[in-house]
Amino acid sequence: MGWAFVGPFMGVFLLVFVAPVLYAFYLSLFQNQMVGGDKFVGGANYLQALADPQFWDSVIRVVVFLVVQVPIMLFLALFAALALDSGRLRASSFFRISVFLPYAVPAVVATLMWGFIYGPRFGLFGSINDFFGLNLAEPLSSSWILASIGNINTWEFTGYNMLIFYSALKVIPAELYEAANLDGAGTFRVIRSIKLPSIRGAIGIASIFSVIGSFQLFNEPNILKALAPNSISSYFTPNMYAFNLSFAGQQFNYAAAISIIMGVLTVIVAYVVQLSGSRKDA
Amino acid sequence: MKNNHRFRRVATAALAASLLVGGLAACSGSGTPASAGAEGASAEDIAKALDTETTLTVWGWAPQLEPIVKAFEAKYPKVHVNLENVGTGNAHYTKLQNAVKAGSGAPDVAQIEYNALPQFALSEALVDLKEFGAEELKDNYTESTWGSVNLNGGVYALPQDSGPMAMFYRADVFEKHGISVPTTWDEYVEAGKKLHAADPKAYITSDTGDAGFTTSMIWQAGGKPYTLDGSTKVAVDLQDEGARKWTGTWNQLLKNDLLSPVTSWSDEWYKGLSDGSIATLIIGAWMPANLESGAAGASGQWRVAPMPTYEKGAAATAENGGGGDAVLKQSKNKAAAYGFLQFANGPEGAKIHAANGGFPSTKADLESESFLNAENAYFGGQKINEVLVQASKDVVPGWSYLPFQTYANSIYSDTVGQAYGSKGDLNDGLKAWQDATAKYGQQQGFTVTTK
Repeated sequence: MGWAFVGPFMGVFLLVFVAPVLYAFYLSLFQNQMVGGDKFVGGANYLQALADPQFWDSVIRVVVFLVVQVPIMLFLALFAALALDSGRLRASSFFRISVFLPYAVPAVVATLMWGFIYGPRFGLFGSINDFFGLNLAEPLSSSWILASIGNINTWEFTGYNMLIFYSALKVIPAELYEAANLDGAGTFRVIRSIKLPSIRGAIGIASIFSVIGSFQLFNEPNILKALAPNSISSYFTPNMYAFNLSFAGQQFNYAAAISIIMGVLTVIVAYVVQLSGSRKDA
Repeated sequence: MKNNHRFRRVATAALAASLLVGGLAACSGSGTPASAGAEGASAEDIAKALDTETTLTVWGWAPQLEPIVKAFEAKYPKVHVNLENVGTGNAHYTKLQNAVKAGSGAPDVAQIEYNALPQFALSEALVDLKEFGAEELKDNYTESTWGSVNLNGGVYALPQDSGPMAMFYRADVFEKHGISVPTTWDEYVEAGKKLHAADPKAYITSDTGDAGFTTSMIWQAGGKPYTLDGSTKVAVDLQDEGARKWTGTWNQLLKNDLLSPVTSWSDEWYKGLSDGSIATLIIGAWMPANLESGAAGASGQWRVAPMPTYEKGAAATAENGGGGDAVLKQSKNKAAAYGFLQFANGPEGAKIHAANGGFPSTKADLESESFLNAENAYFGGQKINEVLVQASKDVVPGWSYLPFQTYANSIYSDTVGQAYGSKGDLNDGLKAWQDATAKYGQQQGFTVTTK
């Protein structure tokens, strides 16, 4: 009887999740050549990927991105959520919606918008440099591009993470605050001893979402590539590499192998993040 | 327990099914073209096919295809044409390649640009139009466009538009700074230096690296970096004399910061074309319509001159873009499909094409009085077609693209683009591009030699 209840879910799950993954795995065992057609190559694509400097280049880039951007974004989100929760803000609902609003802007539109702002000649950056006679950073140059993308992502997702934290803060029982008050605890003591420990679970969840998001980085660099073709290579992130291999290079099989490796890597990293989070809980 | 067992059986079946689907897809990939053998047809066969109830599917994105299809259907009411725009450029080729690989789902006729044609012709996706007597049409088209569709002894498409390169320049900017319009590349570099010195915001041109532009520039310089021998042997040499001639000129512009760092087709680019901070464009003859719509503010300021050359007075240019229409081997009605090509890419279609802003590849249209003498108000009343048509006659012969040019172009910014980004030596970038291209060719089963 039990299976009848989970049956519909299982059917959809198999069809849209398990089957594509299995098919990608199956594809990754072959090689297709313009001259020579298809042949079974076993694990050769995996060995090639593990020794492919372009693949590792892209993996290292998203790891750097993750290590820098995720903490900054989560800290900002946490700060905003604590500020909201403090109840000392004027027009707090306006503050809440305006921080959250960028999340409602589609990533494609957000990136195009930031692309205009970053423009070296006629964009906002160009105009500011011109006006003050400065030569500030060129956001689309290859040394700044990762930071520029990080900025777009932070702008987009801080509000989303703020809402996760804020809703976790809202369910903390008021008695704890009253008790703390009686004990003479100040605001920062309350944050450190009550608020932060209570929302540790939410912080863990937000971290995992952000880690997965970083590993899947694609929209922002792929759109900015049209504006900064030399700063963003075809293997800028693992997803872009797989995409270009498969849709520009017809190397579906190799792209499938890279996707599988990336999937496994993401699961491992997310699991490690979760483990370290839950250990603190205990 | 029992339920668990049943689930497992279902799971196994689903797994088997997914593997089966995969297996089928993989098999069809290696399949041979659907029908081989005699596919040729005489003029009567084609006329008969056009007088029979048929439906043709045409894939293309050129805006001129729509009026051409309408006129075709009016002339041959029994043939219905489904014109489908499945994407522009690479998106279109990816879908086409997938349909070819799958063995079904390809259209009867597809638009294919000259630089992508070898990829489809050599992988035997296209019908050799010689079987319909297409070689007799040779004299109707310019030499360079015919050379682009005539590959390995076959004719794989009929040309539609062409893009002989010319120099589009801002007469007002040149006049303001007292700079004469360059006719050689040395003069061009000098003009670039003078202009940038006179106005630090103005650049002789913009270029952040573009594969199509680079290959066309090497083409004009007399380079032949890609040579094909049969359908599986390829030689790549991006350091031949022509390539070095081009880098010799372009390195000077790049290293002296004389190229506007604005990427082509971006919003900023059009602004630069409007406000005069980009003073020239070396680009295909299809550009005027784009300038008129994208840089409307500069109306009356642009002019057209022949492309600068390496030797004074020795006119030379190259094709930049442009393409034709091909018949797919999967087509069930090749005679009617060829009939469509005869109309669309023949005199009737070419007229409609030119009337809708296209730059033709047919000699008759290029040399017609009305085309040559048309005064273009956007270009201050200049008869721009005189310059552009002359350019179509000065294209350096003997060029060919790679059978995997679309991929090679997609990794251009990883290699040559890096030299642009760091203002380094373009020769290093070209060498890296050559290596990456050769590596891909070998992975794809070609025999690739490099120098």
